[in-house]
Amino acid sequence: MIPELGNFALALAVSLAFVQAVIGIWAAHRRDMRLMAATPGLAVGQLLALIGAALALVYASVHDDFSVINVAENSAIAKPLLYKITGTWGNHEGSILLWGLILGICGGLVAAFGRNLPSALRSRVLGVLGGTSAGFLLFCLTTSNPFLRDFPAPHDGRGMNPLLQDPGLAFHPPILYMGYVGFAVPFAFAVAALLEGRIDAAWGRWVRPWALTSWCFLTCGIAMGSWWAYYELGWGGYWFWDPVENASLMPWLTGTALVHSAIVVEKRESLKIWTVLLAIGTFSLSLSGTFLVRSGILNSVHAFANDPARGIFILGLLGLVIGGALLLFALRAPLLKSGGVFAPVSREGALVLNNILLCSICAVVIVGTMYPPFADLLLGQKISVGAPFFNATVLPLAIPVFAAMAVGPLLPWKRGRLWPLVVHAWWAALAATIVAGVCAIGMKVLPALAFGAATWLILGSFAEVVERTLLFRAPVVNSVRRARGLPVAVLGAAIAHAGMGVTIAGIAGMSLASNKIVEAKPGETFSVGGYQWTLLSVQNGEGSNYTSRIANIEVMKNGVPYAIMHPSRRNFVSQGQTTSDVAIRTNLMQDLYAVLGDEKGDSAVLRLHVNPLAPWIWLGAVVMAAGGALSLADRRLRVGAPSRLRNVVPA
Amino acid sequence: MSATGAYAAAVLRRRLLMLAPLGVAVAGGAAFWTMLNRMQVGKFDPHDIGNPMLGKPIPDFDLPGVGSLAGFSSADLRAAAARQPVVLNFFASYCIPCAEEAEMLDALKQQGVQIWGIAWEDDPAKTADFLSRYGNPFTRVASDRRGTTFINFGLYGVPESFVIGSTGHIAWHLAGPISPEIAEKGLLPALRRASS
Repeated sequence: MIPELGNFALALAVSLAFVQAVIGIWAAHRRDMRLMAATPGLAVGQLLALIGAALALVYASVHDDFSVINVAENSAIAKPLLYKITGTWGNHEGSILLWGLILGICGGLVAAFGRNLPSALRSRVLGVLGGTSAGFLLFCLTTSNPFLRDFPAPHDGRGMNPLLQDPGLAFHPPILYMGYVGFAVPFAFAVAALLEGRIDAAWGRWVRPWALTSWCFLTCGIAMGSWWAYYELGWGGYWFWDPVENASLMPWLTGTALVHSAIVVEKRESLKIWTVLLAIGTFSLSLSGTFLVRSGILNSVHAFANDPARGIFILGLLGLVIGGALLLFALRAPLLKSGGVFAPVSREGALVLNNILLCSICAVVIVGTMYPPFADLLLGQKISVGAPFFNATVLPLAIPVFAAMAVGPLLPWKRGRLWPLVVHAWWAALAATIVAGVCAIGMKVLPALAFGAATWLILGSFAEVVERTLLFRAPVVNSVRRARGLPVAVLGAAIAHAGMGVTIAGIAGMSLASNKIVEAKPGETFSVGGYQWTLLSVQNGEGSNYTSRIANIEVMKNGVPYAIMHPSRRNFVSQGQTTSDVAIRTNLMQDLYAVLGDEKGDSAVLRLHVNPLAPWIWLGAVVMAAGGALSLADRRLRVGAPSRLRNVVPA
Repeated sequence: MSATGAYAAAVLRRRLLMLAPLGVAVAGGAAFWTMLNRMQVGKFDPHDIGNPMLGKPIPDFDLPGVGSLAGFSSADLRAAAARQPVVLNFFASYCIPCAEEAEMLDALKQQGVQIWGIAWEDDPAKTADFLSRYGNPFTRVASDRRGTTFINFGLYGVPESFVIGSTGHIAWHLAGPISPEIAEKGLLPALRRASS
């Protein structure tokens, strides 16, 4: 009964979304105030219906209703409760429902927080969101319905892919999707502005909080994915330039550009057409990423249920959403008034540079990701593009970004000079040079330079804060008073930029990692990265739905016991699949990382790593997102700002 | 050119520039459309990784046999291929797709196809057991227990199959089990080409 209600709620959401799309755009076109007033209600109704559908699926999963095909294929009686809940979005059908639910949340938030938007703009934004939602929900209902039944029901389900049975990954999709789907709101604002034929500073101010919120979630989502790959896959890496990772990086890059170019729209009323294109492009990349990953066109280690037939439905849908928006752009954008000219050395000049570089990096990533299938299609050649290509091409473009992002905020609007930068940021540059110089003594050039860049970013990002609070130059009391008067956004930007520096330091540290693969008998000792690792024993263990082999490794430093580590291999009986459970001992400055491999007789293969600064990679991303969130709290953004978004818990 | 002409040209340029994103999206969409359609009929497979040895002469090896059967060397294989193209199949007793493929190999043998097998990193006793359980479609079987021949052939897993032509060159390659469709559309045409 409950799954039928879920199915009904999903169908109801599709209808409400269709009505929302038609009424939203038609009413704004006719300037019919009464109809326009109906759109927020429709958006909220759609959201409630989607929450109902999602809860119905969770109910079916928790109650082990194996007559529901989706539950039977992805769950099992022995599965822990947490994964019965989170497993509902760990498969294709459920993840599409989650996607739709988050889109519904976006619509509901625009309805709730958009009261001070002009009613025609709000109506159009909700209309565009409704149209997008209708398409995806229809896809969910017709080709990926999670509520389909099959009688007679099997006695037990097939269980979940053990790799996904992990708390980190359980919450990865909702966070990542909040980022992906959140960019639907700037997209809807862009399309609404094109329909309206008008963009002004206020538009920039309305769009920015939405773009920034999505950006924060996407940043966290990507970091979580990378962290999961690090500790769950057990390959000792954190970023593999895999198509799935690239698919999340591309909208992040253009989204970062969007967050910055929207500032220029807001402050200087220029870059308007470009910002509209970025808003459309970012959401388009989010959508295409999902599509490419699921259609099986890209060759990835992350296996989704690939189905070309489903792919054709999504491709048609993308054609409507992306093609429609770009067609509208081609028709309307030439009519928009373009902004004034500005000097190359100025705040807006620095932001344009940021946009050019970020979009170039994005273009490089697109080329690298799409080259293999296109080369196969057009030239009939089998080529794989891997890390060497991306490292060689992204790095030269990233260096100027790092150089500019620390000092860009120091430049004044309209017209600036380079000399003040030297005055305000010389100490950061000096510190960076010293760090790079000291590092260069003991290590290779590239990591040394990266440590210098990290220092530059972390210190340089606060140059504006130091400057505006007269820190070290005025009495401390005076500085504190000034700091309290500082706009929160300034502090937020400094923190976000410094977060990038923390991540770079982590990446540089990881490039110095040492590792060794050994075949160890109990009692044998190996020396890796300045530590002595001794395999004590390998024993059997048992979990709720798996059995395992657990190694006990004692790690000593200079003869003093440092840690006992327990890497294990888990064998999931119901899937016949084995996963490795990495043991990580971190002190935030470095990770000891041990993996248990195959066993032969009484000896076991161990992979032992010492990864300096590894946690900083993800810590930096959290700092970036925190900076973004802080900047959302700025009063100047409060106009129509969804600053309370974080309180909304996805169902 | 008059001032209005220059203005009109500028407007046109602007319009074309704004049309460019749509153009890129349409081209991309058309390419994806083609890929998806070809994937459905098996004409396009982005997951096929190819083989570096394709078109090259087979690498040298000399491998022992399985149980009482004699093994073979690359010279034996070349000599046999000079008379009739050979399908060289890498397999292992622990490989489930190999067991599923056994029936297909047997059907090919019935059609007069000459198939030689190499067991990869497998205990010869278990290989012999595998052959007695699923049938032995191979003219000759060898055991690559250390896996060096496997590496020289540029393989990445089992099962993989090659067609060795009359000149001792690798004429065709497949990673994964041979399906009836692949045999029909890929393997048998390749054998015909290799023998002519």
